[in-house]
Amino acid sequence: MIAIVDYGAGNLVSVKKAFDWLGQECVITSDPAEVAKAVKVVLPGVGHFTSTAALESSGLRQAIADAIVRSVPFLGICVGMQWMFERSRESASVAGLGILKGECDRFPESVKSPHVGWNSLEIDPRSRLFRGVPSTSFVYFTHSFRAPVDDMTVACCEYGGRFSAAVERDHLFGVQFHPEKSGEVGLKLLSNFCAI
Amino acid sequence: MLTKRIIACLDVDGGRVVKGVQFLNLRDAGDPAELARAHSASGADEIVLLDISAAHQQRATLLETVRRTAKELFIPFTVGGGIRTLEEASGVFAAGVDKISINSAALANPELITQIALRFGSQAVVVAIDAKRREDCSGWDAFTKGGRVPAGRDAIEWAGEAENSGAGEILLTSMDRDGTGAGFDCELTRAVATAVRIPVIASGGAGGAAHFVEVFREGQADAALAASIFHYGFNRLADLKQELGAAGIPVRWPC
Repeated sequence: MIAIVDYGAGNLVSVKKAFDWLGQECVITSDPAEVAKAVKVVLPGVGHFTSTAALESSGLRQAIADAIVRSVPFLGICVGMQWMFERSRESASVAGLGILKGECDRFPESVKSPHVGWNSLEIDPRSRLFRGVPSTSFVYFTHSFRAPVDDMTVACCEYGGRFSAAVERDHLFGVQFHPEKSGEVGLKLLSNFCAI
Repeated sequence: MLTKRIIACLDVDGGRVVKGVQFLNLRDAGDPAELARAHSASGADEIVLLDISAAHQQRATLLETVRRTAKELFIPFTVGGGIRTLEEASGVFAAGVDKISINSAALANPELITQIALRFGSQAVVVAIDAKRREDCSGWDAFTKGGRVPAGRDAIEWAGEAENSGAGEILLTSMDRDGTGAGFDCELTRAVATAVRIPVIASGGAGGAAHFVEVFREGQADAALAASIFHYGFNRLADLKQELGAAGIPVRWPC
């Protein structure tokens, strides 16, 4: 069972729908015990970084951290990926999980924000998450803050400078875009995650 | 590079896609779920479903239609028409929708924008503005209730207020151009697109590829929406994207 972690940040129906379509058993849950039993953990997230504070108070943060230690494959989507970093300037008082170094920052004034729409990626061919995905693929983004490029970055995107569109290390994965809204490319990526 | 979005709009009445010619002679254009999938396969970047049925008792039919349409759609999906409260919006989101579009209810109560944005995020709130050029050409007025009643607001000023209230995008329809096929109102689109920092979707007047090129270049639109030109021949959307690509407009193609 894949646990889709619900911490009150927006609408998770689209994410579940995509896993349903791929024939994967999944459940939307806010119960740490359910996360503890899951074979894979997905942390979606739309909205404000502040909302991730609910992970701490509900015990979900600990359950996710424990799952990661047990090598359970983990996928953070959008704010869920940003939470893998140490912090975000969107909410300086809320700590991220900190398994990735650095902090998320807003887009520069020179571009419209939020960054909404289909943008192209530069994909690292060694990525397991992007296996079989054409290197010129477009994916759907909607966000106002972005993560820095570092040695875990496996896909870069250009919008007011380069930022991390996807990160990957061992069984840890994060995507800034919405694979559940990125057509065939997104479904391929989720299917790759399910196969890990 | 961030691409310009082409959005296919489905006007739905009683569970069927219809396209009114001047709001009369509604012509049946098919099943919303089927059309949405076909548009997605031929390259639409997003689907917007607008409920144009007047009868309130059709709400349950609408939610069922939305659920069915959302089920096998994996591109962004927006639903609008008659959403007046946070509870109604929540019901639509639960049916599998990514964004809701509000118009009259937002004009009557701008706080609704904030409420929905706080609960579902700004990216989930599209404020639709129906704008009509003033007779003295001094600007554009916003209209409410399906374009029947002037809202007593300047369209550009209202777009700014909607942004400040938490809207994530503006869906801007030119009432003067809607249904004419004479091209988007580039002047109106540019006026709004330069007044706000959130994306602006141009709507009303699409008749051919040249109109899309114009509204992206001169109108500075982030996205453009059309309905009828896509419905009666699925290949047109793919053709449109190829033409836009050839004209140097960044589009998602091939998909």
